[in-house]
Amino acid sequence: MASQLAAPNQLIQSKSSLGQILDKTFIWITRICAFSIAGVLVLIAVQVGIEAIPAIKAFGLGFAFQQDWDPVKGSYGVLPMIYGTLMTSFVALLLAIPIGVGSAIFLSEDFLPVSFRTVLVFLVELLAAIPSVVYGLWGIFVLIPLIRPFGEWLHENLGWFVLFGTSPSGPGLLPAAVVVTIMILPTITAISRDALTSLPPELRQASIGLGGTRWETIFRVLLPAAFSGIVGAIMLALGRAMGETMAVTMLIGNSNTVNFSLFAPGNTIASLLANQFAEASGLQVSALMYAGLILFALTLLVNVAAQWIVMKVQKF
Amino acid sequence: MFLRSKAIRWTITASAAALTLGLGSCGQSDAPTASSSGAASPSAAGSPVVTENVTLSGAGASFPAPLYQRWFADFNKANPTVTVSYQSVGSGAGVKQFIAGTVDFGASDVAMKDEEIKQVPKGALLLPMTAGSIVLAYNLPDLKTPLKLSRAVVGDIFLGKIKKWNDAAIAKANPDAKLPDSAIGVVYRSDGSGTTGVFTKFLSAISAEWKTKVGDGKTVNWPTGTGAKGNEGITAQVQQNKGSVGYVEYGYAKQNGLTVATLENKAGTFVEPSDTSAQATLAAAKLPDNLRVFITDPEGKDAYPIVTYSWILAYKTYSDANKVKALKAIVNYSLTEGQKASPELGYVALPEAVVTKVKTAVDSIAVK
Repeated sequence: MASQLAAPNQLIQSKSSLGQILDKTFIWITRICAFSIAGVLVLIAVQVGIEAIPAIKAFGLGFAFQQDWDPVKGSYGVLPMIYGTLMTSFVALLLAIPIGVGSAIFLSEDFLPVSFRTVLVFLVELLAAIPSVVYGLWGIFVLIPLIRPFGEWLHENLGWFVLFGTSPSGPGLLPAAVVVTIMILPTITAISRDALTSLPPELRQASIGLGGTRWETIFRVLLPAAFSGIVGAIMLALGRAMGETMAVTMLIGNSNTVNFSLFAPGNTIASLLANQFAEASGLQVSALMYAGLILFALTLLVNVAAQWIVMKVQKF
Repeated sequence: MFLRSKAIRWTITASAAALTLGLGSCGQSDAPTASSSGAASPSAAGSPVVTENVTLSGAGASFPAPLYQRWFADFNKANPTVTVSYQSVGSGAGVKQFIAGTVDFGASDVAMKDEEIKQVPKGALLLPMTAGSIVLAYNLPDLKTPLKLSRAVVGDIFLGKIKKWNDAAIAKANPDAKLPDSAIGVVYRSDGSGTTGVFTKFLSAISAEWKTKVGDGKTVNWPTGTGAKGNEGITAQVQQNKGSVGYVEYGYAKQNGLTVATLENKAGTFVEPSDTSAQATLAAAKLPDNLRVFITDPEGKDAYPIVTYSWILAYKTYSDANKVKALKAIVNYSLTEGQKASPELGYVALPEAVVTKVKTAVDSIAVK
């Protein structure tokens, strides 16, 4: 600093040629990195698309509305899997958003001493480090027996409601959705908490200075200000929920039927792929690729919808 | 700053403790399943026959994988120059890799079809190496005697036509049993599998309705029930849910202590799955010269109805003389000494007549 102040005319000198080259190289490297990510995505989509062509020709758009998945007769449709994918993700988000955003608020406020908070934050993030097959096993041996009495009670007392229409048979949509909830919690909590803690402290000070209580500050000032960050967290979580494979395969019951009851077995696209890809041949491979393409499209649609919501809300 | 680092230290200690606990409990639950595999004496494999270093790679069926790995490890102890790697990627993938020529041998629970064999330019030999039964495991804790299931009943349960355990059709074959008034929960393999292929072939053979409505294949459109991944998935589901029934490999059911049903065979007798009843099945089925046979519904009086061979797929010619020597040595070892390890691991030892036939086939492998 001192030497620069001593010779002020050095500051306006143009950069050395080496510096310029370094700058350019850096820009190019980052550019290549950015494009290669997009490139990989496009390549995957194209490859999946090419492999799916025979199935697209054979079934057309009806593939998405057909209920049969029958490799013996060669007729394929993924309506039950689309329903299962959307339903498990929806239920998982329904459970995970309040818990995740709630814990993010709790962990970003000063309700607890810093030391406790750090431990809690670390433990929440540790949830993301557990392999999904472990979640699956935990689901089979702990969660399913735990849910059963609760599910039986719901079915007996509220059986008229479609979502509780069947008695729990062990694996099903609900256990899968609950495990996915736990798996996406760290994503929602960590990113929402980051969004909340990185808000400028002036916001809070101004709100309290105007006479706002802590609750008003949290719900009227902090949450709206961090909204886009929180939605980003939820979107990432939704992506994970829709693509989660191993744990869901182990818990969902892998039955290719549309059943509106949460206790009935179902299937998701990711789980279908994981189950059948290894032993598939001929048109079945192509049909599986087509199913993968549909999962691609679903994720894209959901993301676009989320961006749209964020834009709409931010206008107000 | 101090507080923060202290907190981090606490966190690390706490999570380390949690991990240790978790690992500890894993170890405990693993302990009983780690059985006495690899106990065979290395000398049993005889003196080394191959002097050069040879590596053979194979891929395929997961059902015989534990037995193959045991054989290859025992053989390697006696012949340190020969290493065999076997990837249990599934029958379908094994056949694919064998046709593509990316492995030295393949393995499959379902014999290759004619059009598949035609795609192998070097020619394919199907060598039956072992056999196994498929059993119906069920969870009815109040039942004291083994459940007897007639042919019609098995078909109707998997078609979803018999829904309750106390159905008259089931009770007829089990007059003394106290059958509960609970729903039957069918459990099937959700992953494509040779086991499903064999089981659905059996169902097609005993039930005309199954044959027209569902058919047979590695993945079929199951009319009822829930799917579980792998033998272990079915085992867990059957053990946990009262009233459920699913098909697993005999060895797997034996290891996990599952209760298995006694099935009615073509001759009308109810046969318990065992080594002897499976061998009776193999003896009853005549093995043709191409060593390819599907035992869908065996004739014998004491034959257990669902037994299948598992094949190693070898090329008729290899370019490497050492590989041929090593492959022949391994197959011959597996057919003689290796068969003694079969029952211990839950597989069926091949009858003497079959072994002789396979040995002749192996001898025909040539260098080209």
